Amino acid sequence: MVLLSRKATCNSHGQDSSYFLGWEEYEKNPYDVIKNPQGIIQMGLAENQLCFDLLESWLEQNTDVACFKRAGQSIFRELALFQDYHGLSSFKNALADFMSENRGNRVSFDSNNLVLTAGATSANETLMFCLADPGDAFLLPTPYYPGFDRDLKWRTGVEIVPIQCSSTNGFCITKLALEEAYEQAKKLNLNVKGILITNPSNPLGTTTTQTELNILFDFITKNKNIHLVSDEIYSGTIFNSSEFVSVMEILKNNQLENTDVLNRVHIVYSLSKDLGLPGFRVGAIYSNDKDVISAATKMSSFGLVSSQTQHLLSSLLSDKKFTENYLRENQKRLKNRQRKLVLGLEAIGIKCLKSNAGLFCWVDMRPLLSSKTFEAEKDLWKKIVYEVKLNISPGSSCHCEEPGWFRVCFANMSEETLKLALKRLKKFVDDGNSKRSCQKSESQKLKGSRKKTMSNVSNWVFRLSFHDREAEER
Amino acid sequence: MKQLSTKVTSNGHGQDSSYFLGWEEYEKNPYNEIKNPNGIIQMGLAENQLCFDLIETWLAKNPDAAGLKKDGQSIFKELALFQDYHGLPEFKKALAEFMEEIRGNRVSFDPSKIVLAAGSTSANETLMFCLAEPGDAFLLPTPYYPGFDRDLKWRTGAEIVPIHCSSSNGFQITESALQQAYQQAQKLDLKVKGVLVTNPSNPLGTMLTRRELNLLVEFISSKNIHLISDEIYSGTVFGFEQFVSVMDVLKDKNLENNEVSKRVHVVYSLSKDLGLPGFRVGAIYSNDEMVVSAARKMSSFGLVSSQTQYLLSALLSDKNFTSTYLNENQKRLKIRQKQLVSGLEAAGITCLKSNAGLFCWVDMRHLLDTNTFEAELELWKKIVYEVKLNISPGASCHCTEPGWFRVCFANMSEDTLDLAMKRLKEYVESTDSRRVISKSSHERIKSLRKRTVSNWVFRVSWTDRVPDER
Repeated sequence: MVLLSRKATCNSHGQDSSYFLGWEEYEKNPYDVIKNPQGIIQMGLAENQLCFDLLESWLEQNTDVACFKRAGQSIFRELALFQDYHGLSSFKNALADFMSENRGNRVSFDSNNLVLTAGATSANETLMFCLADPGDAFLLPTPYYPGFDRDLKWRTGVEIVPIQCSSTNGFCITKLALEEAYEQAKKLNLNVKGILITNPSNPLGTTTTQTELNILFDFITKNKNIHLVSDEIYSGTIFNSSEFVSVMEILKNNQLENTDVLNRVHIVYSLSKDLGLPGFRVGAIYSNDKDVISAATKMSSFGLVSSQTQHLLSSLLSDKKFTENYLRENQKRLKNRQRKLVLGLEAIGIKCLKSNAGLFCWVDMRPLLSSKTFEAEKDLWKKIVYEVKLNISPGSSCHCEEPGWFRVCFANMSEETLKLALKRLKKFVDDGNSKRSCQKSESQKLKGSRKKTMSNVSNWVFRLSFHDREAEER
Repeated sequence: MKQLSTKVTSNGHGQDSSYFLGWEEYEKNPYNEIKNPNGIIQMGLAENQLCFDLIETWLAKNPDAAGLKKDGQSIFKELALFQDYHGLPEFKKALAEFMEEIRGNRVSFDPSKIVLAAGSTSANETLMFCLAEPGDAFLLPTPYYPGFDRDLKWRTGAEIVPIHCSSSNGFQITESALQQAYQQAQKLDLKVKGVLVTNPSNPLGTMLTRRELNLLVEFISSKNIHLISDEIYSGTVFGFEQFVSVMDVLKDKNLENNEVSKRVHVVYSLSKDLGLPGFRVGAIYSNDEMVVSAARKMSSFGLVSSQTQYLLSALLSDKNFTSTYLNENQKRLKIRQKQLVSGLEAAGITCLKSNAGLFCWVDMRHLLDTNTFEAELELWKKIVYEVKLNISPGASCHCTEPGWFRVCFANMSEDTLDLAMKRLKEYVESTDSRRVISKSSHERIKSLRKRTVSNWVFRVSWTDRVPDER
């Protein structure tokens, strides 16, 4: 008998294979405009493929950089040996500046407060190791990125308690929901160590509003043991920079910089979404707490960024002409592409949550459900995967508490492919309109079936977090 | 009060500043042939700087690899998007073949059993997460790499129980030492999950003998536990004997289809053999599907940059390059080690006879005032501050006998090594006339040793300096 840890073996318990099937189906039958035009179109991957031409042309104009040269001199040895967990300072400086630029230079970042990590996946887990002990809890607004179940909880032993958000107010965080989550944690005997938000939100595609930020800051000002982690991985995907309010700005504008709140607010960043470079594994933790920086820096030993990659990107991000143009172009293209998806869905009679950022829309398919249940959501999802041949992400996988919402990505395919996807969906909806009979269940029947399906949901979610597919499907 | 986790706050306890001072002194006053010829020479960093020219030549001849091109076409987009934790197939294949080449093609490695990680630091920690619960223990032969205290224990909650090895038999692992360690763990109420060895050894620079390997395989077989063999230095073997991997032993004993083979895992990295610690390339190799599956998911927390995977897949797929490199690397390491050994001999200092690694395990017991760790600390300070050499004291590696030091030879030029030896010779000659050697009583040694070792060791693990000075 081979004895493995619980962490290694818990994987195989209670796994529902439905979500896994969606991925599997895509892998078995991936759409290709020439080789497989009837295949499944991948709309479940939040990748940014819209601006590679800008990156490629920069690379062509700066061939020295990839070849380990700096000012014409080879620095290969230097880079090959560079494993200092403090990171390449030229890279950290460029990254700090880039982060400022993303925030319209309304705030500045000190590169000494930056810790580099192998992607935001590593950054988030590391922050949990630094801020919480096994059994402690973090509060997260729903819906949230499914990967958090693995990243925040798996090896750390930390728990997630949801802050339930609802469509009645566009899934905004309310004071009531926050307090209820806090109470719930207490009921479960969990010590709440902090709140983690994703701003802009995945899967909503919306920026956190000033009102919400005020609620969060009021809360952590009152509760002095609670941290606020703001995962701002999508900060560069905002269609209109002026609409983004980073937690850094709140600290500055509310003059919290000389209070204890400063040390309890931390930001996570990555180049996987803004720059479309998930393969390069570049993430960062930003904190004003020097103990957190010190500990996170040591922990980053377990996931340092390749020096080869740090060198390339330090050159790229130091080129201000490039970054300025890139950010502007990126925003423009994302905005256009999102519009195409939104209008295309509207033409089919499908609404989305009004969004101003991200690589996806939060789509309201509640009218297409046969009943207001997660079971019905799952059925609809299966149809969309197998019949419509679109792989999209069901809301329950994001812990949404209302069935019928789906995350649909728009930036990981060509315009033509998006058009085709919309055509397919239109056909499905049109066909369904003539066939479907909508039944409104009685509220008792709803409740009963919802309870039953909740256990299916947790299976899904579990399987999703541990699915044996692409690692980072944010 | 802002509350951080106990992992963070426990950090600050019991830290002795002596080892930290050594690093600090080096950073304040680093040797430079031209700009600072009287500075401290770094001999505490196990880096392989001897063969960069071979890699640089290859890069110049193969610009596509670093230029993110394949057959002249840009594959930038493909690589930029590639974050699959299964890893780049061409890279895993090339890596598996490289590992086979290092072992004389006597054993084979299946690429599908390889899990890539951001360095062996990440690989070792991940294996602990997969094999041990918090509070479980792994047995490690002493002396061992100081970084293991952090890598294996810090965030995992696993414990290390030492298998005491002694100079009386060249620090080899004996059956009685193994059994004693196992019993000690039981006394401490710790469940033993496995044994971890580094082969070739850091800091000894020796390969595990077949006898030791057989002993280990039998031991884990009988106790039903795991064996992790960190073979990060497998490509630095320069002795006449060939490297015997634990995989060789499994094959020779016909255990490849035995269930014990599922409990043997190998860790590898390109940081030492290829001298590329900055690129963060490590790997776990396991015959156990569940371990591979779990480790692979955990590798999400430390994937290898696709840019780097691509470059190295091209490099390692070039068999002309790899065979030339491995040959040349061995040759140069052997010459450089000889230079260190003879330099030390000229100063009246002997080393453990070694046949691998980037360092020697040096016997300075005769230079100690007393046979104590306190005396070792004193000697070490003198070597750092007066002789101006930064070397690693044995206590930092959990050695049970005072007076041993790890001295690196592959991270500097020949001339710098010459200079280091000259300085050491001068120091020894000047103190020969002054020194008084006294042998302390058995009890005094024991009590002094217990107190100072733990302080050192703790500080060393938490040093705020360059992380991976293996």
